[in-house]
Amino acid sequence: MNFFWDLFLGGLTRGSIYALLALGYTMVYGILQLINFAHGEIYMIGAFSALIVASILTMQGLTGLSVLILATIATVLYAAAYGFTVEKIAYKPLRQSSRLSPLISAIGMSIFLQNYVMLAQTSDFLPFPNLLPQSNFLDSISSVIGPSDFIIIVTSAAVMSALTLLLKFTKMGKAMRATAQDQTMAMLTGVNVNRVISRTFIIGSALAAIGGILIASHVGRINFYIGFNAGIKAFTAAVLGGIGSVPGAVLGGLVLGLAESFGTGYISSDYESVFAFALLILILIFKPDGILGRSSQQKV
Amino acid sequence: MKNDLLFRWILIPFFLLTFGTSSTTFSAETIKIGIAGAHTGDLASYGLPTVKAAELIANSVNTKGGILGRKIQLIIEDEACKPELATNVATKLVSQKVDAVIGHICSGATKAALRTYKDAEIIVISPSATSPELSLSGQYPNFHRTIAPDDTQARLVADFALKTLKLKKIAVIHDKGDYGKGFAEYAKIFIEKSKDAKVVLYEGITPGAVDYSAIVQKIKYSGADAIVYGGYHPEAASVVQLMRKRNMKTIFISDDGVKDQTFIKVAAVAAEGVYASGPKDTTKNPLAIAAINEHKKAYGTEPGSFYLNAYSAMLAIVNAIDKAKTTEYKAVHKALRNHSIDTPLGKIKFNDRGDAIGVGFSMYQVKNGIYVELK
Repeated sequence: MNFFWDLFLGGLTRGSIYALLALGYTMVYGILQLINFAHGEIYMIGAFSALIVASILTMQGLTGLSVLILATIATVLYAAAYGFTVEKIAYKPLRQSSRLSPLISAIGMSIFLQNYVMLAQTSDFLPFPNLLPQSNFLDSISSVIGPSDFIIIVTSAAVMSALTLLLKFTKMGKAMRATAQDQTMAMLTGVNVNRVISRTFIIGSALAAIGGILIASHVGRINFYIGFNAGIKAFTAAVLGGIGSVPGAVLGGLVLGLAESFGTGYISSDYESVFAFALLILILIFKPDGILGRSSQQKV
Repeated sequence: MKNDLLFRWILIPFFLLTFGTSSTTFSAETIKIGIAGAHTGDLASYGLPTVKAAELIANSVNTKGGILGRKIQLIIEDEACKPELATNVATKLVSQKVDAVIGHICSGATKAALRTYKDAEIIVISPSATSPELSLSGQYPNFHRTIAPDDTQARLVADFALKTLKLKKIAVIHDKGDYGKGFAEYAKIFIEKSKDAKVVLYEGITPGAVDYSAIVQKIKYSGADAIVYGGYHPEAASVVQLMRKRNMKTIFISDDGVKDQTFIKVAAVAAEGVYASGPKDTTKNPLAIAAINEHKKAYGTEPGSFYLNAYSAMLAIVNAIDKAKTTEYKAVHKALRNHSIDTPLGKIKFNDRGDAIGVGFSMYQVKNGIYVELK
């Protein structure tokens, strides 16, 4: 039974990260019907800038929680700036063209960012310091759940609730939902659609950066390529939950994480990715729009 | 202004012309050696030392007038250890009419490229590809290597786990790659055959996955005393770190892919106590010392993985061409088998299967941040 709970918590941890990333995919898709393939790279850049900022802060003599908080703030700002710029450079000029053009430009952006980081930083793996604090109250639960797993789950849950509140109760959230429903109509009622799109990218990138910091401190190593696998899995999670739906992305991430964890635990880790994608295929056969996706009315 | 014009319209074409003519005359009589392997990407740290070794030897041979009166020209191609790129690189090298190839670095990529070289009758010497089937199958008579194959390595690791550490329950994990899985399969067979210990878990993990918690949990609940891991250092570093974070004391034993300083750099304190097999310590061999000093002098750094293997491979091919007095395939093939040569790895020549006689493995353990050879 203990084994079951260990796998469950492990799956939840992994699922939370997938969910954080999947939110970025799903929000952008909801508003632009665009799959932002460069999103995984923002996650990777988040992890890299966290490493750089944390090293600088540690050299200045700071320790513990202050490093984590300052590094997180800096990284979130930096990644958000990247997300904003990527949208302006790679997607905005193509907004009126066919739907395939921004898709290709997204793939191009992803390859560009990967190679840019490889050349500007290194192609080697780098050790990532364990930024997550090791406080005493966490020791008492360490037999049940690792401290970093606990922090990942709690942080993700907090961030995701904040996002839900933001979308539901703020003016900005309202504008975002309106733009997702009908861009032209939103524009006619005075919503600044360009600003909404920029903000969507900024929020999505910030979430990805948080995911990057959490998972990098958990796994302990990063390189320029980590965004690719994480991006593919998160995209799968977004589709699984119903792309375009915010609660769907969270659910999709958790389901995917749990499926992989239980698959590895009870059957074999050789088939880890097979479980993830078999589940995706099954769900798409019975529910083509994903678990929480609304059947889409194609806009002409 | 006038000078500027002169420079632009007269000097540039002049330079272009001189370079153009010199390179064509140069290439007509050189001995071309292809250097193929991972020079970018995750595994670049395995491939780049080979390039440096080849450059050092080519330079020293060329300053002495070359072999058979011909200079050595290196053609360096990167395939990032990816089989699909390796076949492209092989085709490219064949079309450039190389006389021999030093490489490739990873077993998977080497296997993919070998057929192309075999059809073109080109000698291949890999400094690092250890998959047993490359030489065992007998399919590739053109293949040679200056490293011992994995079954030797797996045998050593299994014996070490059973006889030295006297372990009873072992989990065998691999990364599903040609190299890691090959090593793990042999290790599993050797452990099971001995009947002294049980393989409690045998599984593959996905390289580059976001997290390895689930497999670590599984290892924990399997009750294994030790893990024998077949694969490369990036995943090994993650698994070891996750285990130590969960306070698991399970012994970690791995292969040459993990016996890399990058592993210790990434896994940091978690790397302490990890065992890995690797080529025999050659630090007392004067040729090895000289080769390493040469590297330090030329590049200012310590050489990386497989540097000495590559150095020896390059020496072996130069020697064989010299002894055969031709670059013709059959003669060089024979010379590699008949003439032994002193290299940093010891005195080597090649057996019928293409494996170097005289190279082997030792066990190492991480102590205070470096790998120390165990006697």
